[in-house]
Amino acid sequence: MNGESRQPAQATVGTPTYGGAQGSGREPANLGDILERVLDKGIVIAGDIRVNLLDIELLTIKLRLLIVSVETARELGIDWWEHDPWLTGSAAEPRELEEENRRLRERIADLEEARGGAELEAGGDDDGGAGRRREVTASQSRPIRRRASESSRRRG
Amino acid sequence: MAEQGAGPAETGTYLYAIGANTGVDAEPWAAAGRPAPDGVLGAPVRALAERAPADSELVAYVSTVPLTEFGEEALRRNLEDLAWLETVARAHHQVLTSLMEAGPMLPVRLVTVYRGDEHVRAMLRDRAAEFADLLVRMSGRKEWGVKVYAVGEGEPAQAAGAGRARARRAGAERAGAEQGGAGRAGAATERPGTAYLKRRSESLRGQEERRRRAMNRAEHIDSVLSRFAVATRHHRAQDPRLSGRADLMVLNGAYLVDDGLAGDFAAAAAELREDDLEVELTGPWPPYSFTISDSDDDATRVAGGGPT
Repeated sequence: MNGESRQPAQATVGTPTYGGAQGSGREPANLGDILERVLDKGIVIAGDIRVNLLDIELLTIKLRLLIVSVETARELGIDWWEHDPWLTGSAAEPRELEEENRRLRERIADLEEARGGAELEAGGDDDGGAGRRREVTASQSRPIRRRASESSRRRG
Repeated sequence: MAEQGAGPAETGTYLYAIGANTGVDAEPWAAAGRPAPDGVLGAPVRALAERAPADSELVAYVSTVPLTEFGEEALRRNLEDLAWLETVARAHHQVLTSLMEAGPMLPVRLVTVYRGDEHVRAMLRDRAAEFADLLVRMSGRKEWGVKVYAVGEGEPAQAAGAGRARARRAGAERAGAEQGGAGRAGAATERPGTAYLKRRSESLRGQEERRRRAMNRAEHIDSVLSRFAVATRHHRAQDPRLSGRADLMVLNGAYLVDDGLAGDFAAAAAELREDDLEVELTGPWPPYSFTISDSDDDATRVAGGGPT
């Protein structure tokens, strides 16, 4: 109502960021914080020119996927956009454990196979070979931006 | 649509927020002797005042945007461009933040664009009662964000990935070493893998336990903070890549707090911090999380919680 009375409170109270992750003070500039609010929240009014709301909802989901691309997420054993830890408590975790075990078994099988191969090729004296080969697989994460353009291509 | 071939001259009206004109000035920046804030693409924000029924006057905060970028087709394209989205989201947020200081206002969702000012005015008249009601509810209150991190609980993303990559490498090295040792090939194929799996699932179980405890404490923090708030809303926990932190986020709450209680709220948040549980306070935010008007479950809680 009266604009004057509300300014000072903000100046003093608006700064704290405990834990000091981003000492940006007055401006909560974390992009994630902004996006989750401006895209997901805020009053919804139909504009004349507007990508319809359903698309916006889809978009926010897609955005989350972009920020952690689906494949990377699966590779890391998470599908957090479906299993929000806050909403589901630990419900997602036994699954995660199972998944991880499955993946590890596969990985071990791979390793053992690769080792067998290396033994054949190198007669057993190429110690680091298998290790190096595995590392390449482990670091195949792709940049987010590329995922973004891929998804739009798929869409179009 | 028509904007397919929109020339540079074709423009639309981008809507940021709706406020109440309390009689002083529809342009709070003018009252404060400042220039109009910059909107998206740097265009100055304008105030459209509209007399609504019941003697209230509503103000729409808008700016002019080119349809080449904000037309329907262009938007579909642009919204998938993370860099474009970031620029627009930040500009949008910046406008709301500067308006917030002048009085209650209702943030409008990103990229709400009209063909002209007259259409915005018509919309204000149509929904005047609803807006007036929400504005009263937001009056003298702001949104605060509280995120709680379980420090050291690095899963489910980066840390996990790194850990696993390390484990893989170690496993491969072990396998390599045994290979050099030769001889007991049969036994070696079984044992390192099984032992590793066992260790790994034990450590995961311990981790699960720790995480459950962290979740419980986060719930406690949420309930304490909610006592200071008129309304509470939970955002999805952010992934480490979004939060920029490897620690597990166990609470991502939004609280609508009376300005008079903001200091107490911040102090309470600071007190709730523990060694392994970090509490991060952000704000004040425009009341983004509390102005969802379309039949949203949590939004109804706002209606129930008066300011005691």
